[in-house]
Amino acid sequence: MAYIQNSPVLEVRNLSVSFQMNDGLYGQKMLQVISELNMKVHAGEILAIAGSSGSGKSVLASAVLGILPENAVVSGELRYNGQVLTHDLQKQLRGSEIALVPQSIEFLDPLMSVGVQADGHRKPYPARKRRELFKRLELPEDTGKRYPFQLSGGMVRRVLVSTAMIADARLVIADEPTPGMSVEQAVEALKIFREMAEEGKSIVLITHDIDLAFAFADRIAVFYAGTVVETASAQDFQAGPCALRHPYSKALWRALPQNDFEPAEGFQPYAGNLPKGCLFAPRCSRRTPKCEQETPSLRTLRNGEVRCFHAE
Amino acid sequence: MSQIVSEGTKPAAQCLEARKISFRYGKREPWIIQNVDFCVRQGTCVGLSAPSGTGKSTLAMLLAGYLAPEEGEILLNGMPLPKKGICPVQLIYQHPEQAVNPRWRLRKVLEEGGRLQETLLTSLGIERAWLERYPRELSGGELQRFCVARALMSNAAFLICDEISTMLDVITQAQIWRVVCSEAEKRNMGIVVITHNHQLARRLCSRVYGELSGLHF
Repeated sequence: MAYIQNSPVLEVRNLSVSFQMNDGLYGQKMLQVISELNMKVHAGEILAIAGSSGSGKSVLASAVLGILPENAVVSGELRYNGQVLTHDLQKQLRGSEIALVPQSIEFLDPLMSVGVQADGHRKPYPARKRRELFKRLELPEDTGKRYPFQLSGGMVRRVLVSTAMIADARLVIADEPTPGMSVEQAVEALKIFREMAEEGKSIVLITHDIDLAFAFADRIAVFYAGTVVETASAQDFQAGPCALRHPYSKALWRALPQNDFEPAEGFQPYAGNLPKGCLFAPRCSRRTPKCEQETPSLRTLRNGEVRCFHAE
Repeated sequence: MSQIVSEGTKPAAQCLEARKISFRYGKREPWIIQNVDFCVRQGTCVGLSAPSGTGKSTLAMLLAGYLAPEEGEILLNGMPLPKKGICPVQLIYQHPEQAVNPRWRLRKVLEEGGRLQETLLTSLGIERAWLERYPRELSGGELQRFCVARALMSNAAFLICDEISTMLDVITQAQIWRVVCSEAEKRNMGIVVITHNHQLARRLCSRVYGELSGLHF
């Protein structure tokens, strides 16, 4: 595990993101979607980000690339190879050094063939190499000439995965790359990410397919209500609830169809209505008065990190 | 996709049926679906799990009347799908952001499906504040809850669920399926579950097609 020693490629320190929303005719209101988030990714590692839908995972991706909408207010610090990621630097790096595999198929230009879009900044990319890559992802030979509307959901995702490979970026942020793919195709896509990591690249893999993340990632960061509640090695997730630290991570494990398929009670708090203290407290069976008053900070525990007073 | 899929022997009264349907996107395009028979009865849950690009979503849209087959017919209890009013076969789509009107507040989106049912909204975890927001202000997972609520409010007899929980975290997935299954049981609905997740299909469905043989259902 060489990546532990080297300095992080991407470091996120105390990041908070809010959106300014209109409220009534003249009013304005802030919605806090990311709160004091801390995270590191090293060279040669796949960091999976798992967690609740609407917990700010895609917002984090947009913040790193500097493509947040205009009504976003950002505080905290982002560093890329030790350098502070300013807006100009982001502009310079995105698409070449930092690549995004977007979540929505709407990121593709509907009026451009997907082959040209896959080449991106490396245009013209050798057609032979692109065909080989497409073949590996089980895409038919003529896919490059097709337009997004002519492809199925899973095919578009595979085209999007190929863009990251072609871009040859040092940091890839893949936002939900696998939905719509069959298990075999998803495994192939993750093998491609694994190979890129072996070459020394850093991969941030945002995913709900946590069983695949267990198998391919080095570490997993669990998001809840806009912050990281736990980072753990993939082995801890494979081992199950006993090896995990945070009650939310344990609940995720239990909700898998192959485990108990048992949902945790309650719902993630809404960004406009975050509870005081621990964000998970309203759903937690182990909450104490302290949890409702104070926010736990991320602390190191058993070679991982956890944001909980009671984790042991 | 060109094989026979049927649920039991002769279709009884309450059943959604595709008879020898074929479909392609344009006269010069290849067939996406050819000569497919498919049947699901009310009160049962059938899974479809075939590779990407083999026509699962197209079949879903044909069954729900979004597309018309070039050959063959779709029958509900032996009759063609009604042309007017809310369709008794409701499709919940893979991409919720494409299934709602982006210029409508979500309250209006929901009211398309009928009168708001408070208990249903609560069980799906829909915050009341979300009703006044526009679709682009919510995440995919939040929007999908609205799509599920809209489909269930319409009193449909059949639900076609096309990868409805792939964009959700596993806890929300378990929550939503719990609601869908309990409503389906209460109302004796028929459900078609399209998913790549074999574990999920095994949990939900009495039978799953697609694991049987390569490309065919």
